Amino acid sequence: MSAVEAPTRPGGDRDGGLRSALRAEWVKFRTVRGWLIGLGVAGLLCVLLTYLVANGIHSGTCTGTGVTCRSGHPRVPTGPGGEAVADSYRYLSRPLTGDGSLTAQLASFTGRVSTNPVNVAPSPSATRPGLADWAKAGILLTPDTTPGSSYAAVLATGRHGIRFQYDYTHDRPGRGAPAASRWLRLTRHAGTITGYESADGVAWHEVGVAHLAGLPDTVRVGLFVTSPVSFHGQTGRPTQATAGFRHLTVTGATGGGWRSRAVGTSRADFYPILAAGGARSTGDTAVLTGSGDIAPAVVQGVLGTNTAASSLLLGLLVGSVVLIVLAALFVTGEYRRGLIRTTLTATPKRGRVLAAKAIVIGGVGFAIGALAAAVAMPVGDHILTGNGVYVFPAGPGTVSRVVVGCGLVTALVAVAVLALGVMLRRSAGAVTAGVVVFVLPYLIGASLPGTAETWLFRVTPAAAFSVLGVLPRSSLVDYPYTFANGYYPLPPWAGLLVLAGYVAVALGAARLTLQRRDA
Amino acid sequence: MTQPTTERTETVTEQRIEVSGLRKRFGATQALDGMSFTVSPGRVTGFVGPNGAGKSTTIRVILGLDTPDEGRALVGGVPYRRLRRPLRHVGALVDAAALQPSRTGRNHLLWLARSQRLPVRRIDEVIELVGLAGAARRKAGGFSLGMRQRLGIAAAMLGDPPVVILDEPFNGMDPEGIIWIRRFLRSLAAEGRVVLVSSHLMGELQGTADQVVVVGRGRVVADAPVDELVAAESGGRVRLRTAEPAEAAAALRRDGLAATVAARDTVTVTGADAQRIVAVLARSGVPFAEVTSQRASLEDVYLRLTSGESEYRAVLDREQDR
Repeated sequence: MSAVEAPTRPGGDRDGGLRSALRAEWVKFRTVRGWLIGLGVAGLLCVLLTYLVANGIHSGTCTGTGVTCRSGHPRVPTGPGGEAVADSYRYLSRPLTGDGSLTAQLASFTGRVSTNPVNVAPSPSATRPGLADWAKAGILLTPDTTPGSSYAAVLATGRHGIRFQYDYTHDRPGRGAPAASRWLRLTRHAGTITGYESADGVAWHEVGVAHLAGLPDTVRVGLFVTSPVSFHGQTGRPTQATAGFRHLTVTGATGGGWRSRAVGTSRADFYPILAAGGARSTGDTAVLTGSGDIAPAVVQGVLGTNTAASSLLLGLLVGSVVLIVLAALFVTGEYRRGLIRTTLTATPKRGRVLAAKAIVIGGVGFAIGALAAAVAMPVGDHILTGNGVYVFPAGPGTVSRVVVGCGLVTALVAVAVLALGVMLRRSAGAVTAGVVVFVLPYLIGASLPGTAETWLFRVTPAAAFSVLGVLPRSSLVDYPYTFANGYYPLPPWAGLLVLAGYVAVALGAARLTLQRRDA
Repeated sequence: MTQPTTERTETVTEQRIEVSGLRKRFGATQALDGMSFTVSPGRVTGFVGPNGAGKSTTIRVILGLDTPDEGRALVGGVPYRRLRRPLRHVGALVDAAALQPSRTGRNHLLWLARSQRLPVRRIDEVIELVGLAGAARRKAGGFSLGMRQRLGIAAAMLGDPPVVILDEPFNGMDPEGIIWIRRFLRSLAAEGRVVLVSSHLMGELQGTADQVVVVGRGRVVADAPVDELVAAESGGRVRLRTAEPAEAAAALRRDGLAATVAARDTVTVTGADAQRIVAVLARSGVPFAEVTSQRASLEDVYLRLTSGESEYRAVLDREQDR
């Protein structure tokens, strides 16, 4: 009756109505102890299963009959940005103090491909001619030849033309002219490195500029050659490239002579090489042979696919099943007991009831998903590292992305199951439908061969699990970025959008049925 | 009950439940078939009829839970679904068993209070009102049906509404509880509220309801004040106990009265008062043991009104056996 009611502003009703409905639904959720316990169980299961999965993954090298095994993984350099990088090449260099430049003409560029895959010990006889697409030859400047160091280079590639690259992830293409017999020049002016190309050594064209922070006065500058693992289908084969340079011209204070060095090609280094190669220089000509890559590290055959998030999947799936049960009960429990009538007499606007319930269960789902991921990720990372397994580094940004992503996945699944519960009104039906639609595609997808799985992870709700994909991916590295190799076909946000699409459809249908049906 | 303010009594008088021409079909069953009635404030209105007569459906339509195929139901002049914070306008007990068993009684009231922006203090008031103070913090799953009814009534009273609708509130109540509800309903009506109470047992409403709406087959069979209905039903019927029923009946018939032998020692007479019958018998010299004027019960009225609805006879009998 109007006398009891506090006067409210007109128009303030809509928001106020949703807010009261929200508060009511929140009280409903938090006052059923079994649901709170279930929520805790979902979180704990996620962490526990992550621990168990991580604990089951070991890495080590065994020699001879396996009597002497050593836990650990090969050395993986870390680039200036904290990312895992490949940094293996042949380097013919000399020191440069202060400003200066190096100019050379690339006279020849050829290569060989191993006929054995990466996991078989390479032999020089088992090769055939062939230049890898991303084989690199050119001029490189670096303060330090320790793998993972900062650098800038102007280079010719097997099939990607002339490029200017620095610090592993930065890349600028030159003019699409043929790579061979191009003139290359790299100049240094304080911390600024500029790369040029020329067809005739007279008319120069700038390819790119890099500002390398904290560059010391004396750096090394020189010629380099490297050639990455080449993939045909799923099989990777190590390769080697040989480049001939002439008209070597150095300006600036370059004390000492040319020195040849194989960088990052020891037994402890992870990058598969065909052979360490070598270098010869006479007068103003030089010939270098090298194997390896200077690029982000992605090759899984050697490193495995472990990331801070890789152990999380099973826990997330099982935790989601528990959450699915809770989300279903949150509404089907009311149908079963007739409580939905009380709810709808208290809030006759049914869309508002659905919205309030969705926000509450979505919020709860987000909180538990994000919390479980935030706890489970460091646990999994720690256990894997302790087991000697290489874990691809993940920065705080990536970790936050996975935490928020997991929260969003669980939130969306919870909301979708709530919608199913509204439509089906039965706990068993809603739980079954929830598991079939939101969990099963993953399990099926993970066991499907070929391209079917790729489509499954594009069009089914399982697409959202791409939030767990934190393996580095680079356009500078030829690699089969397939699900089998640990890569999801969609980027995380797109995967989430696919799931969100399903949720939107389910919510729309639930709203329609709720409004049309007698309670 | 909180003290009614003068302000409220004014608004209360405008409140009314108006049901007009409701029709609703569930598959082959015509659940509502032109249901129309009005419930006015200040009195207890009984809403009776056998199971399946459309009581619950009507109440669900009033509360906006079910949509009728035709007709409409208004509360205070507006459809329920248009009410803002409806529990402050209409308090309803639809199904006392509709509780989440692991939620405490108090928390059940808490979410309802939150949904209507009612102060928490109101929860303790209604708990006190229905006499659940000792059990409110226990899980509702352990409540007896009687306690659930009380909790449901507490929920209905949460918003201190001018309109109260209770569907079968006597179910599962112990005798003490039934007395309490009756007194409670009277007090609600005395406060000027609109009170609609459904029941399938007339006896429960006798002495409580001022007005009854009797329904059968989805429409109103009778809608009248209880006194009027009972008086009409009683219609001067007298029961006579005698050792010689045949002679007595014959004597009365000779005097132009409608008398029938109802049992071995009982004769029923209609169309005369007890005084005249005694005079006739005395004149004829027929001995008699007792002459009683029959006053019909609400139940008799109900049975007669619904007896035409043969479909419900069986249902009715079963209910009475229960």
